[in-house]
Amino acid sequence: MLFFVARRLLYLIPVLIAVSLLTFFIASLLPGDLAYVILGDQATPEKVAALRHDMGLDQPIWIRYFGWLWNILQGDFGRSFRTGQTVLQAVTERFPVSFELMILAEIVGLAIGVPLAIVCAARSGGAFDRFMTGSAFAMLSLPAFLSAILLIYFFAVELRWLPATGYVPFAEDPGANLRFMVLPALTLALAEWPGIMRVLRSDMIATLQEDYIALAKAKGLKASRILFVHALKPSSLTLVTITGINIGRLIGGTVIVETIFALPGIGRLLVGAIYTRDLIILQGVVLLVAAGFVLMNFIVDLLYAVLDPRIRHGHA
Amino acid sequence: MATLELTIEQDASALPARRGRRLGPLFWFAIGWMTLMFAVAIFADVLPLPSPTDMDMLERRAPFSMEHWLGTDGLGRDELARLIYGARISLVVGICAPVIGLSIGGALGMLAGYFRGRFESLVVGSMDVLLAFPPLILALAVTAFLGQSIFYLTCILGVLGVPAFMRVARASTLTLARREFVIAAQALGATHSRILLRELLPNVLLPLLAFFLLGVAVTIVVEGALSFLGLGVPPPISSWGSMIGEGRESLEVAPRLAFLPAIAMFLTVLSFNLVGDTLRALTDPRQGAL
Amino acid sequence: MTDTLLSVENVAVELPTPRGNLRAVDHVNLTVGAGRTLGVVGESGCGKTMLSRAILQLLPKKAKLSGRVMFDGLDLVQLSPEKLRKLRGRSLAVVFQDPMTSLNPVLTIGTQLIETLQEHLELDQAAATRRSVELLAAVGIPAPEQRLKQYPHQLSGGMRQRVAIAIALSCEPKLLIADEPTTALDVTIQAQILDLLAREQRRRHMAMILITHDLGVVAGRTDEVAVMYAGRVVERAPTPALFKKMRMPYTEALLAALPRIDAAPHTPLPAISGRPPDPTRPLKGCSFSPRCRYAVARCHSEKPDLAQAGTAEHQYACFHPIENHADASA
Repeated sequence: MLFFVARRLLYLIPVLIAVSLLTFFIASLLPGDLAYVILGDQATPEKVAALRHDMGLDQPIWIRYFGWLWNILQGDFGRSFRTGQTVLQAVTERFPVSFELMILAEIVGLAIGVPLAIVCAARSGGAFDRFMTGSAFAMLSLPAFLSAILLIYFFAVELRWLPATGYVPFAEDPGANLRFMVLPALTLALAEWPGIMRVLRSDMIATLQEDYIALAKAKGLKASRILFVHALKPSSLTLVTITGINIGRLIGGTVIVETIFALPGIGRLLVGAIYTRDLIILQGVVLLVAAGFVLMNFIVDLLYAVLDPRIRHGHA
Repeated sequence: MATLELTIEQDASALPARRGRRLGPLFWFAIGWMTLMFAVAIFADVLPLPSPTDMDMLERRAPFSMEHWLGTDGLGRDELARLIYGARISLVVGICAPVIGLSIGGALGMLAGYFRGRFESLVVGSMDVLLAFPPLILALAVTAFLGQSIFYLTCILGVLGVPAFMRVARASTLTLARREFVIAAQALGATHSRILLRELLPNVLLPLLAFFLLGVAVTIVVEGALSFLGLGVPPPISSWGSMIGEGRESLEVAPRLAFLPAIAMFLTVLSFNLVGDTLRALTDPRQGAL
Repeated sequence: MTDTLLSVENVAVELPTPRGNLRAVDHVNLTVGAGRTLGVVGESGCGKTMLSRAILQLLPKKAKLSGRVMFDGLDLVQLSPEKLRKLRGRSLAVVFQDPMTSLNPVLTIGTQLIETLQEHLELDQAAATRRSVELLAAVGIPAPEQRLKQYPHQLSGGMRQRVAIAIALSCEPKLLIADEPTTALDVTIQAQILDLLAREQRRRHMAMILITHDLGVVAGRTDEVAVMYAGRVVERAPTPALFKKMRMPYTEALLAALPRIDAAPHTPLPAISGRPPDPTRPLKGCSFSPRCRYAVARCHSEKPDLAQAGTAEHQYACFHPIENHADASA
């Protein structure tokens, strides 16, 4: 078990290094002189040259990369020249918003997808199953921003039940916070539930054909117990894996929704950095997001091993 | 010890696999819609349409009429014409980007699956690194800094698709390369390139093609999302995505401005998904749906 | 004569397949008396497992069932799903062939035992746990308290099957169906498990159906034997009569195919030539005729019905039975 963890950790390091390399080089190889951008309309050739020298931009790219990496390892991701905040400050400020959105979206997605998957698996082939499978397929063709438009139109514009934009921190006012989060979370959940439903349904249909389900029926157990205890538990591993992968994917996937609903999260921080050409923020945030993504996959791998009792006892 | 003599005759014919998937009406609807979209995109210039860029400030957000079948947008431009020209842009990016992914990713995957060894590890590892980036963020970053243009957009979306195509090509190649016809070709002294091109490529192409169609669907969506945010196709060029983005501002007064391109995009993406999925089920029995 | 607990009347099971309708069970009639053991013997594919599923009403969705299954006065075919559920596990129990797949791998042994007790006997957790420990001890599992917390993969094959038997016996069923209970086990364990079943059956006065492909298994452990071939019962007799005075050539061939302990080394086993018939294309005549060495013209053109041989308890379906066959006990 320990070997398993150690091996995966070892694989993690080169990936993270490569990620940092890619981030840095893309950012620095792109046209647009940073010093020029910072100085804006105060740019004169001398000032630009001086600033470049100050910021170390005139040094060879390798030196700049290692300098950046060295700072990162010490926890210094740089400081935005626009806002004066350090990258870490900006990220920690906005992370709770994105995190809340991701978790809510996944919870709602599960709340829709799991019961549907169970019912469809139990009555597979029937009218309800075919309808739900078709709907799930259609939903996969409806991306988040389209769902957002639909939801905003119906709930904010027509019915006026919920606000279209805005945010209030949870600590300040839980009720208002949730009101603002409903539409964004629902938008993402609508994109999440089809994947969850399809995978769980397929897994459960396979599980339901196992001999131990036939024995459970032969024992005269209630159908609900057979579904939820005997069939769901073996399939729950798939569910955990899917949820983990989804949350990982959501790390970068909240950008659109945050922008549409004006939520001050990491995604919006990134888009803002792009608009204002804030290279430092851009580099730092992309690195953090990518690293988080890689880490998330790693945790999912570990979780999988931990949860399967057969792997735990060494019988794979 | 007693020995057991078996006198079982060989089973003569194997049961031919029955393709349970029938091409139902939905499939043909999808084909029809795709054909329609291609047709209008290609022949947009010769169709009797008002110009999509002529602004008629007196007729802004006009409802459906004989003159403007689908009304006008916020700047008085004919909506139907804009939809059709938007189709052109969305489809061009939607097709060209996966072509890049298919050619580069497909080639890399086939080579990796055929030659194995360190080359394969290198390819798979670099794809993993690329996959570590949330695609939307990478696309945003690159297009924002490179400047918006259809060319750069198509390139970055194409590159983002390379890992996925690589995986499909590699998986197919791995299973095929061990089959007898490849070993036979090698025994006959065929060169690597001959084996790759003549033996493996035709077989790998089918699952790649199915995946390509799915890739088109995804690309249309991603381009749409970027253009929706104003970070995709550069104005004044408009794709469905940017039309939806503009329409968002008029949701209260003229929701059709957002919904019409949304419906067009949805139906197109759905069609590509349907056809791609059906093709995948037909060509890859291992992953066929229940 | 004891009361008839189970009466299978003219049961037929049809399965639609791409190649045509498959007649898995072809108008079978069987009875099992209370406290008696019936052995059902046949090759793979003869329909014996389908028969057991038909009795339990656990057929696949596409299967078509006709006939009656009278259990304890009730027709199981017509019974509502809820009443059926209450019967199963309680009065009617089953042990499947492979305990590795019939026990749920992610649930503990304890859970799988206790849930049956709680469902049918409505015991509370403590009482059900105590009873589970008793059951495990009764089937010969050492250290039963520890076993409750273990998972199936932590036990050996023989122990797992004992657990499956414990589960089946937990609510004192009237009838136990054992579907090839030893086929997946080591030969050395097989006798133990069969003895266990026989002992429990006697002790609880339970009726039992022992399904197997091995005639040797039913000798000495059953009161009656039914031999199945191609979905039909082709011979039925009290066990001693079957072995001493069999009528069906198929039964004779089955018996002859058993290895004998007193045979010389390297004696070839006379296997039955040919293959079981294709169930999607039933033959006009006797299903066994292509492989039968006594077959005459009539055997190929007409299907024999079950006829009597001497006593009503011994029936066979053959036009050319073996008369006065000499001693052939296993």
